[in-house]
Amino acid sequence: MRFKDKCDAWGLPNDPIDFSAIVCNLPLYLEGLWVTVQLVVMALAIGLILAVPVALLASSRSIWIKALPKAFIYFFRGTPLLVQMFLIYYGFGQFEAIRESFLWPIFREAYWCALIAFTLNTAGYTAEMLRGAIEQTPFGEIEAAKACGMSGALIYRQIILPSAFRRALPAYGNEVIFMLHGSAVAGVITIIDLFGAARIVNSRYFVPFESYITAGLFYLIMTFALIWLFKRLEHRWHAYLRPRET
Amino acid sequence: MAEAAIVVEDLYKSFGQLEVLKGISLKADEHDVVSILGSSGSGKSTFLRCINLLETPTSGKVYVRGELIEMVTRKSGEIVPVRQKQVDRIRSRVAMVFQQFNLWSHMTVLQNIMEAPVHVLNIPKAEARDRAEAVLQRVGMVDRKNYYPAHLSGGQQQRAAIARALAMEPDVMLFDEPTSALDPELVGEVLRVMRSLAEEGRTMLVVTHEMGFAREVSNKVMFLHEGLVECQGIPEDVFENPDSERFKQFLAGTLK
Repeated sequence: MRFKDKCDAWGLPNDPIDFSAIVCNLPLYLEGLWVTVQLVVMALAIGLILAVPVALLASSRSIWIKALPKAFIYFFRGTPLLVQMFLIYYGFGQFEAIRESFLWPIFREAYWCALIAFTLNTAGYTAEMLRGAIEQTPFGEIEAAKACGMSGALIYRQIILPSAFRRALPAYGNEVIFMLHGSAVAGVITIIDLFGAARIVNSRYFVPFESYITAGLFYLIMTFALIWLFKRLEHRWHAYLRPRET
Repeated sequence: MAEAAIVVEDLYKSFGQLEVLKGISLKADEHDVVSILGSSGSGKSTFLRCINLLETPTSGKVYVRGELIEMVTRKSGEIVPVRQKQVDRIRSRVAMVFQQFNLWSHMTVLQNIMEAPVHVLNIPKAEARDRAEAVLQRVGMVDRKNYYPAHLSGGQQQRAAIARALAMEPDVMLFDEPTSALDPELVGEVLRVMRSLAEEGRTMLVVTHEMGFAREVSNKVMFLHEGLVECQGIPEDVFENPDSERFKQFLAGTLK
């Protein structure tokens, strides 16, 4: 327990930069990292699943069908993630109807509110990317599918969506990184994610540079991992766009 | 005598105010190779596309192997097929080859060819693969089966598209200007494949500017002008003794 004592003995540091408080609190950072990973992975997974039907409806030619999904997309792209999360976490609690409903156990928890905000936000952005990609499907390829006797649903499943996902991949890689970085706002509503952990360490030891640069490094490492992952995915899924390897 | 492969009766098609087809009829028997000629804007592509309902005719009847494609006029005035299922089923038996090839760019040649047999005809994958290999052999593209369309020349892409059509084992094949997007030196390889298909007795409707093909390979020729059939018949009659001034002019224009 000597290590722990040393940590508690920390007052204000005399040296300009001192990472010992960080080293002592590494477990807190790792817990925060795990919360960040959970929130981001779940939000991205559910968001992507939500984005597909939203994008399909938004690319409809009928104004009636596309009105609602378009409104959804405009709202979540048009307002800051922080505002969306505050609306859900602080805003919803204002209404008695919500406080007394079966949903209250969800909306009173910061964790679930952050997850809902992240999910809807990334769903909005992803839907817009997919909508663009769907509408760019070469018309001739759709005609060829029709001419083979493929039904509308089959054309979407086999031709339009597979080619749209490929076109949207580079933009989606960016969205994943933005989501990872945007998830830092969770630390503002009491959640101990990576940024939340940095805030706690700073408030305990007043080492703002050390605590935030540590969080920043973790984000940086995850970002590099994501960039590498998407490069691999693009290599695999964009083979048809590259010049042929000889 | 078997049912005619394709019968078209009095087909009209308008795009808004513009009337493109003004009553066209055609009968193609089994093993017929019909060349449809005409200058640009004459309606020949539109006519071909009405047969598999890529364009919806304004009026008229299309029979495929004796089966009428049923159409109905909605209250809004829009004309639609009664049963989309019937249209899809007929399309699966009437294959089409496009001017711009229209291969699915994210799939390899082999995947392009297996796609519709597997998902439309519900043929087991292994069998569809054998069939794909066979049709690729047929068009001389086996060595390119794992290429993506973008990695092929135009002529190779068109031969792959013909293989894709063949893999459906269609009753009728429609060709919409299959060589018009190709460099002159690539036209030959596609025409050779088409000629060999005609020789094995396939029923083909070909919209084309290739007078040599129309004259030598097809057994019926149809010349459209401003949405009407200007003249038609067997190629010997139509080409050797054209009674239509317009067809003479058209021929003079194509023989440079």
